[in-house]
Amino acid sequence: MSAHSVNEPSGRQKWIAGTLVIAYALITMIPLVWIVATGFKSPADAISYPPKVVFEPTLEGYVNLFTTRTRQTEDYLAANPPQTWYEEIVRQYDMVIVGPSRYGERFLNSIIIGFGSTFLSIFLGVLAAYAFSRFRIPLKDDLLFFILSTRMMPPIAVAIPIFLMYRQLGLSDTHLGMILLYTAVNISLAVWLLKGFIDEIPREYEEAALIDGYTRFQAFYKVVLPQATTGIVATAIFCLIFSWNEYAFAVLLTSGTAQTAPPFIPTIIGVGGQDWPAVAAGATLFLLPVMIFTVALRKHLLRGITFGAVRK
Amino acid sequence: MAEIVIKNLRKEFGDFTAVQSSSFTIADGEFFMLLGPSGCGKTTTLRMIAGLELPTSGEIYIGGEEVGQKPASQRDIAFVFQMFALYPHMNVRRNITYPLVSQGMPRAQINEKLKEVARILGIEAILDRPVGGLSGGDRQRVALGRAIVRDPKAFMMDEPLGALDAEFRERMAEELRALHDRMGATTVYVTHDQLEAMQMGDKIVVMNHGVVEQFGTPQEIYDKPATMFVADFIGSPSMNFLRFDGMVTEGASTVTLDGSDFAVPVQREAASGDLVLGVRPEHVVLSDGAAYRGAVRAAEYLGTTQIVTLETANGEVKARTGAAQPVRPGETVGLDFLPQTLTLFDEKTGRALASDLNAGAFGHG
Repeated sequence: MSAHSVNEPSGRQKWIAGTLVIAYALITMIPLVWIVATGFKSPADAISYPPKVVFEPTLEGYVNLFTTRTRQTEDYLAANPPQTWYEEIVRQYDMVIVGPSRYGERFLNSIIIGFGSTFLSIFLGVLAAYAFSRFRIPLKDDLLFFILSTRMMPPIAVAIPIFLMYRQLGLSDTHLGMILLYTAVNISLAVWLLKGFIDEIPREYEEAALIDGYTRFQAFYKVVLPQATTGIVATAIFCLIFSWNEYAFAVLLTSGTAQTAPPFIPTIIGVGGQDWPAVAAGATLFLLPVMIFTVALRKHLLRGITFGAVRK
Repeated sequence: MAEIVIKNLRKEFGDFTAVQSSSFTIADGEFFMLLGPSGCGKTTTLRMIAGLELPTSGEIYIGGEEVGQKPASQRDIAFVFQMFALYPHMNVRRNITYPLVSQGMPRAQINEKLKEVARILGIEAILDRPVGGLSGGDRQRVALGRAIVRDPKAFMMDEPLGALDAEFRERMAEELRALHDRMGATTVYVTHDQLEAMQMGDKIVVMNHGVVEQFGTPQEIYDKPATMFVADFIGSPSMNFLRFDGMVTEGASTVTLDGSDFAVPVQREAASGDLVLGVRPEHVVLSDGAAYRGAVRAAEYLGTTQIVTLETANGEVKARTGAAQPVRPGETVGLDFLPQTLTLFDEKTGRALASDLNAGAFGHG
């Protein structure tokens, strides 16, 4: 018999924990795997029943996602043989590519609006959080509560007033309008989270910088910000995930110029019948930026979430 | 280096008055202690001198210049924090040179300064280490390095030894004092540890509830306490207070407790009513012949001395006597007090009555 340790999990406990984690990971990953797989299926495979787990991968979904196509006469098709691999894929259905689809534009909109509002939320949030954390502000607690209270109802509850307001102000279907809207929703979260992180940074660091001859702003910029990186990154990820995935306001307030990817992806379905592979391809690509952003900064995220739980 | 003059300094936080009208002068090159229990306003006073808090009213002169409302960055003061406050995202070298970078000093000169400071503090070997992994003593040295590297007008230290363990504290205290003597820098040092204050300070200000209780050299503070608070706060065990109802006249040289007369320094102030005779434990003499009696409650053996706790008609008395003197709990012994250092207090005001002993010692700056 090996000696028991109180803190160290036994081999069996580790095994059970490992199994549970894997099971949970599998369950949460099935929809993701399904979407990624469907993106590489042919339309027939995508809707076959029983569903095909093993299939011949094709880039058809991705080609359809990025192009607009039209049916052509046999004479035309015979006279114009396909020049590229993607034209060949389309040619199977007697179609030709007439131009790019709107997906690229919508994707770019998502990037501009998502990252723009995240940046703005963090920028304003850090300044506000620092002020709340460090200065004597009259009615500080009430102000903080007021900021939080904007999150006490679902944002969509104010959809109609915002819709009317935006129409009056000319902000409907503009990048600026969407950035402002998402910033407004995110900023309460940002202020509260960041205030927590900044509270954890001892004031002495700034005071040391003040004594060392730096101004209040330099102390903030050179000493507080580097310490708050973890918190800022964690907050930025939360803000980005919200604005990146937001659907309801995007449907309501955007239709063209500033439409983001979430309301656009479902419309792909109608382009050439029920084109599930193209929809899945669109969804797959849409996942990537946030995934890359999160994975790249995951070290900070994990530390950020547990920040303050343990005194260093 | 500079003289620091504090005039009627006051600080209020909302309804709370942290410091009430303090005045004192810190001479050029002095090692000056701000001593008091926590919440007494000593740290607030220090922070006002440094410019981390702005006074509600009053004046602060550093080197003759009124700086009361100036920001910290313009006062040319160095500050050593209790938790050191080394910039965690920089290594030792950058921490120490950071104040020089803010002055825009040229690289070569910065490096020269750094070398000199590192040599003084003996930290040449750790210059490129991150500050995170340093021992308490090394952190303390780096914090000192950051302070001395700029040749500031004065040093402010907020319980800089508080975060070190006891054994190390003593060594650091010696190092600090030696460093001070070598540089001759005006130093203002906050502590709640009376031993530290006595050991290191040239002058001590004792504060309580935002009020300066006494201002003087360690000897003055110890031998000639201005108030009962100071008498009680300084010394371990603290001064004995023998409470009695009586009167003293101007010129009196004895007081009567429980029928026994005790010689005291010649009084310069008359008082009557609730009075207190203050006696340091080491000035209590146990002698069989004395008429004033006390019952021995306990004896703590301390090696060369022992602390004997006695119950008298005027309350508990602790005596510090030689360890060789045989004392048994339960027995009754006679007590006598060495007259030169006795202080009488007025119980109601807590103030010491003026006598030949303490005349002129109660300067408030």
